[in-house]
Amino acid sequence: MFRMAKKGKLMIEILPDKCDFCGACVGVCPEDAIELKEAEIKIIDPKCTNCSKCIWSCPIEVIKFNKDGIEV
Amino acid sequence: MKKEYDIIVVGAGPAGSMAARYASEQGASLLMLEKDRDVGYPVRCGEAITKRNLIQFIDPDPKWVVAEISKFVVYAPDGTEVVFDFGEVKGYMLERRIFDYELAKTASTAGAEILTRAYVYDLILEDGKVCGVKVEYRGEKIEIKSKIVIAADGVESRVGRWAGLKTHIDFRDMESCFQVTASNVNAPQDALQFYLGTNYAPGGYFWVFPKGENIANVGLGVSGDHCKKRSSLSYMNEQMEKFFPDASILTQVAGGVPCSVTLDEITGDGIMLAGDAARQVNPLTGGGIGSGMIGGSIAGKVAGEAIKKNDLSLIHNYKKEWNKKRGKLHLILDKIKEEFFKISDEEFNEIFHKMIKHKPEDRTLNKLFMTALAKKPSLLVEVAKVILI
Repeated sequence: MFRMAKKGKLMIEILPDKCDFCGACVGVCPEDAIELKEAEIKIIDPKCTNCSKCIWSCPIEVIKFNKDGIEV
Repeated sequence: MKKEYDIIVVGAGPAGSMAARYASEQGASLLMLEKDRDVGYPVRCGEAITKRNLIQFIDPDPKWVVAEISKFVVYAPDGTEVVFDFGEVKGYMLERRIFDYELAKTASTAGAEILTRAYVYDLILEDGKVCGVKVEYRGEKIEIKSKIVIAADGVESRVGRWAGLKTHIDFRDMESCFQVTASNVNAPQDALQFYLGTNYAPGGYFWVFPKGENIANVGLGVSGDHCKKRSSLSYMNEQMEKFFPDASILTQVAGGVPCSVTLDEITGDGIMLAGDAARQVNPLTGGGIGSGMIGGSIAGKVAGEAIKKNDLSLIHNYKKEWNKKRGKLHLILDKIKEEFFKISDEEFNEIFHKMIKHKPEDRTLNKLFMTALAKKPSLLVEVAKVILI
């Protein structure tokens, strides 16, 4: 569930504890960079370009940018 | 479970079950896979369907019909209420966790095998042609071969992408939704209620749909453009506080509804898309049960025939059949949607003020459209363009 974030780099994270697993983010992701199972979700690191579309479409604000593991 | 089938359907929602049923009826061996442990649950849906769409496939049954709809009640941003009374039952509210079971049962009665908790994580591709799926089932990875894969894997639809189809949807066309099923909500049992306006749900609407005595589906959808600034959950919290402060929440779900025209390509080599995965949702209303069932049934019929005639190239007839039945209509509805959401709150108020001056029997949806036309003549131009193409 954890991605190794490069130091100082902004990265998109899905907060799995708050996620409803609805799939809206997966549908808008242009890179096919989100994997969704019944109650598991993760960003596929090499594919994600941090484009933010998943953040914008999330109905419940559980996708965030973080830097060095801290929400920004 | 066998190692090989004629057809594999991914996703056991209404589109998947109809595809499975209609293909199986023609004698194709078929396996339908569902990633969740239950068919029909969790329910990410407002659960309303038109009578016309439903009865093509299944007779209404009190086991899963919770309300009969004969009215629309629409509210302008300033609260002006307009009632559209159709005078007869035009639609139903469903209990989808039972309804989806029944649909899946019709597929299995026709001969389909069904497996839940089966997560499709990849496709088997040979020279670019889809030849089956890779499945994770109870911790084991299994490969199952097939001549055709029908991807009815919902809004998230990744299966089509793996086959090389462009399925991702522009975030502006994704309605970002939140819905609760709440008790202590006193809603008329014969009406769907819609609230328009930027206060309620910009680029979408706030809805109250009855689910039986003192209980309703209350939800809203906000278009991607607006959700960017403020989430649908925060709109929802505000509306619940305002309208139903005493409600108890029995279920809450988030969801994305792809409100766009159908994808350009809904077939590829060995693959077909159906339902939300093919973007077959009614782009104006966001309703997807009926159109998904129609899409799925056509996909199933076409796939079944391709197997029967041993000619897989026949699957490409699917797009033409879909366009004939729904695709063209969705083009028009999408144009209407785009113009509709350009109407400002003040203009909506004016349109509704004009509507209530008409006699109740003259307050029809056509009249609403005509009144809106006076405000937004471009609506007509857009519709005409589609019809004339």
